[in-house]
Amino acid sequence: MRVVVMGCGRVGARVASNLAHNGHDVAVVDTDPRAFRRLPPEFPGDTIIGTGIDEDVLRSAGIDSATVFIAVTNGDNRNIMAAQVARMIFEVPEVICRIYDPVREDTYRRLGLTTVCPTTTVSAMILDHVIGATPRRGLED
Amino acid sequence: MYNIVVGGGKVGYYLTKQLLEEGHEVLLIERNPEKASSVADTFGAVVLTGDGAEAVTLAAAGAARADVVIAVTGEDEDNLVVCQTARQKFHVGKTIARVNNPKNEQLFRMLGVDVTVSQTNHILHLIEQSIPDRPFLHLLSLRHADLAMVEARITDESVVAHKAIGEIDLPVDCVIAAISRGNHVTVPSPATELLPGDDVIAVTRVDQEDELRRLLCTDC
Repeated sequence: MRVVVMGCGRVGARVASNLAHNGHDVAVVDTDPRAFRRLPPEFPGDTIIGTGIDEDVLRSAGIDSATVFIAVTNGDNRNIMAAQVARMIFEVPEVICRIYDPVREDTYRRLGLTTVCPTTTVSAMILDHVIGATPRRGLED
Repeated sequence: MYNIVVGGGKVGYYLTKQLLEEGHEVLLIERNPEKASSVADTFGAVVLTGDGAEAVTLAAAGAARADVVIAVTGEDEDNLVVCQTARQKFHVGKTIARVNNPKNEQLFRMLGVDVTVSQTNHILHLIEQSIPDRPFLHLLSLRHADLAMVEARITDESVVAHKAIGEIDLPVDCVIAAISRGNHVTVPSPATELLPGDDVIAVTRVDQEDELRRLLCTDC
């Protein structure tokens, strides 16, 4: 399975190396070549310097044959735009997009993107630890 | 008419100025507080500091009653999200985005932005038009109609020189709209003869542009 990961930060590098380790064909895109140092030295996939909102960059990352596209740069808007390019132009079957802003996440989930919002997820986990000892009813209200 | 402009750079600044001078109601949203306050010093209380891609900011700006939202930041991804948020969450009737990478124009329209403005393309066209002795120029595209306006210079060698327009076998959906001869611009009739030195302005379907170019610019 061909997977294109945009953004080689902590999350991007981890996801990319994990997928590659599991035998998938992975390409990582980042504007900063230094970001690729986060990948393990034995990383077998491709690294492409450029911005994932540029169709030509995505093409050179092999998006034409990709089954999955993952947008995990630090910029919500960049992730949103790249995810829509992957879905609308390249018709990638599975597109996953990280959005920090919960309101924006909600908007684009409604528009059909598969979204991950660290803000709500991490908050929920922390709250779970804090309020976990008390009856769970309190959380679900 | 209530306009929300997002991005207080040069484009946003002059756009706000122009819209205010025309008597429109304008609110400029700028993320950088220093930039925002310097614009506010000039125009008064028409500036909101905040991220225009955030729904909270657009809500505070009264996007729900805005007629137009215009995103003119230097980042295409920000302009796209501003327009999409305005449309999806606030049902703004018209969204306009500045496109920095000309390749994104088509994508933005596919993604629901009503109007895209690519200054890069505009500058390229302007420069192209001021280069002398270009035999065939693309003047403008009428996007919604899939039409283009072009200008061609007729020379002594042109196949169509000294021919009446009615005798020329123009491509389908293509019309010679005006002829600039010396200091005069005239609207031609089928009997009008094309002369060397004429600048012919034609309207054509975009996919016929190359054929028209061959016809008007081929030497005999």
